[in-house]
Amino acid sequence: MTATTPTDPPAIGRDRQGDILLEARGITKRFGDILANDDVSIALRAGEIHALLGENGAGKSTLVKILYGALEPNGGTLHWQGREVTIASPAEARKLGIGMVFQHFSLFEALTVAENIALALPRGTAMRELSARIREVSRDYGLTLDPQAIVADLPVGIRQRIEIVRCLLQEPQLIIMDEPTSVLTPQEADQLFLTLERLTLEGCAILYISHRLEEVKRICHHATVMRHGKVISECDPARETAASLARMMVGSAVHDLKRGPRPDAGAVRLELRGLSAPADGPFSVAIDTVDLQVRGGEVVAIAGIAGNGQGELFDLVSGERLSSSGSVQIDGQAAGRSGITARRRAGAAFVPEERLGHGAVPGLRLSENIVLTRHSTGDGLVRGGFVDTDRAGELEKRIKNNFGVRMSHDDAEARALSGGNLQKFVIGRELDRQPGVLVVNQPTWGVDAGAAALIRQELIDLSRQGSAVLVISQDLDEIFEIADRIAVISRGHLSEAEPAETMTRERIGLLMGGMEDRQGGATHAA
Amino acid sequence: MRLELEKRAEHSAAMALLSPVIALALTLVSGAILFAALGQNPARALYVFFIDPLTASWSLQELVVKATPLILIGVGLAVCYLSNTWNIGGEGQFTAGALAGSILPILFAGFESPLTLPLMLLMGVAGGMAWAAIPAFLKVRFGTNEILTSLMLVYIAQLLLDWLVRGPWRDPAGFNFPESRMFTAAATLPALADGRMHVGAIFALIAVAALAVVLMKTRKGFEIRVLGQAPRAGRFAGFSQNRMVWFAFLLAGGLAGLAGISEVSGSINQLTPVISPGYGFTAIIVAFLGRLNPIGILFSGLLLALSYLGGEAAQVALGISDKTTRVFQGMLLFYVLACDTLILYRIRLGGPAATGKGA
Repeated sequence: MTATTPTDPPAIGRDRQGDILLEARGITKRFGDILANDDVSIALRAGEIHALLGENGAGKSTLVKILYGALEPNGGTLHWQGREVTIASPAEARKLGIGMVFQHFSLFEALTVAENIALALPRGTAMRELSARIREVSRDYGLTLDPQAIVADLPVGIRQRIEIVRCLLQEPQLIIMDEPTSVLTPQEADQLFLTLERLTLEGCAILYISHRLEEVKRICHHATVMRHGKVISECDPARETAASLARMMVGSAVHDLKRGPRPDAGAVRLELRGLSAPADGPFSVAIDTVDLQVRGGEVVAIAGIAGNGQGELFDLVSGERLSSSGSVQIDGQAAGRSGITARRRAGAAFVPEERLGHGAVPGLRLSENIVLTRHSTGDGLVRGGFVDTDRAGELEKRIKNNFGVRMSHDDAEARALSGGNLQKFVIGRELDRQPGVLVVNQPTWGVDAGAAALIRQELIDLSRQGSAVLVISQDLDEIFEIADRIAVISRGHLSEAEPAETMTRERIGLLMGGMEDRQGGATHAA
Repeated sequence: MRLELEKRAEHSAAMALLSPVIALALTLVSGAILFAALGQNPARALYVFFIDPLTASWSLQELVVKATPLILIGVGLAVCYLSNTWNIGGEGQFTAGALAGSILPILFAGFESPLTLPLMLLMGVAGGMAWAAIPAFLKVRFGTNEILTSLMLVYIAQLLLDWLVRGPWRDPAGFNFPESRMFTAAATLPALADGRMHVGAIFALIAVAALAVVLMKTRKGFEIRVLGQAPRAGRFAGFSQNRMVWFAFLLAGGLAGLAGISEVSGSINQLTPVISPGYGFTAIIVAFLGRLNPIGILFSGLLLALSYLGGEAAQVALGISDKTTRVFQGMLLFYVLACDTLILYRIRLGGPAATGKGA
């Protein structure tokens, strides 16, 4: 892969950079036989938002962990303000002035905002003083926070603010942000960008990790692109197009999706009527009278921010959990009282969000994982209670070839596959049945761009052959690429599905925030 | 310099099979060192412990008699552990089976017919199942931890046995000894050879063969493995976790109950306050040493039965404490677990100033 040359010469952007704050030179990190970082060099300057781009597995997280002291490099040096340093732990990183905001929050839901922040600070900070400082910092940066609020009551956007304020209270000079907008509505993201802008004006450096190329183009001053553990190129993202950035990340052009014209509305193949279920645990979301029809020939997408009931809705539609009221119909047959096996027999197929441990058993071989969802669907995999391993092997070869699943050796264990290849397998396993109804939760989550394009094309193709396809996704770009109609889920309630042509990002953002008036909206979870 | 355990990407199937063999070899080496430290000739001591019991017909039969309950309970426990159900109460289910199966020969001693034995065996199985049903019900209905409930039920079963043989079931013609009456010929499992070996051994072989087929070839076996390894994926496949808890407990309880009544009817021939040297607990080691695989359990059951015999032999011939048996069982389990860890992980030496590409 080293033969691919960057398409553009490195171009250093809009000269706003100050002094180099943190520099990594020739960083190498090895995990077993894999070089996760191969001679990686990067320089972060004061007052600059520096994007770190790359597909999953490109080595971004490894590099970030090394910069934050969570991993020890096998080779190379780190320089802080020109002086060579070793950063042996996150505590040392914080002492130097490096802060990090993680993608997954580390907050105690039962505690208040101030208590959560106090936990990260040295002992002996008086709570009253701390509350005052929180108010001050949050006002200065436009990150309104109530120190006395209980975290469990706060929406995700506010929780992220807590993490950011917690980081700011330590007065860092460099802030590392890992996919900060993945959980935000478009409006909340705009708010975040204003905060970042202000921080850079004060001379703070920001290392910004994101998949969202449009956003990187908009706010970042400089970008480093990684592929297969190496730095492939550096550029000024404002002078690139999203397509050229994607090309640098993937190493080849990502082909465009072919979407045939939407066929005339077919029969309703999946219908949810008044589907409701109470929350399953303290932090799960109640599903509140969901109505939806998906017709043969169309792709309907459900947008929404993580944790608004997507997983819970998926479980009710698949039959892993039965609803307390309402109905599910598959091709006109009532299926609301039957389990997942009966729904599969009725012609439906399901792909959950979590590949390992839900969609596939990590320690079982792929052929065995085919039996997992297809043992009772008339594929001849089970005869008289006995599993036909030869037949499973045939299906495994067919799916592997048809969907381009790559693995180190034949019929590997599911855990040995990369995320993208396993996702191709998990989706291919269901597509191979030619299901009349397909329900997919986060079809391309954590999948590289090449595999994602392939999967999206397959979903469109299935619908155009007359099947009803329901996609639950947090990725708005993906939704606009494949959906014919779009609905938005917010706190367990689903908005009415509207044609994609008339939906705008802004309107979706409002619906995500639950801005539309909702009937019976008092039943959302704590 | 520090040791790191690094997860391996994929696991060697050959090593998974070899691991118990390597563990056994390491146990023998450690045992030799142990004997040398005790002032014994290691070669002779190991011979007395592990080879001598295999040289006489009577002791070979004794080996089978001791291995029978270990294997019967062990294969049932293997199904439990494979499905992520932690039944620790094999000893209690063994006792409950022995009690239920003894109702006929003790309370209805006059009922002697070709049906007596089959009925006794059935009641033994039912008794073990009933005892195992208690933790299963508590877990499914109330989410109780089955490790605690099944373990506590062991002591209840043992005290119940103790009370019965000292009280209502005591032999009226037994000079006040805490024992039940002897079983009649019609209530005694037939012997297989001239010695103590009885038909129970055949039950164990049938159980091994049947469960080997179920686990490797059938959908039920697939369901057991899936629910054990990834419960969420099991639910996605349409398998019920609760039904699996019932299945595993009833199967293991039934087999332990069968082991209990076979031991009483085929070997002891009456109820006494103690009817087992801890078979139900040793069977846990048997199950893991045998890779939770029925064929493997056949061998590990024989091996642990040998460690019981060897301990007795060493006590007699060398004057070593019979606690050596426990030491050997403990070392064996230790080495098996250590070898298993190395199948899943590799050890890496990580230095604080490790070098770059040359490493």
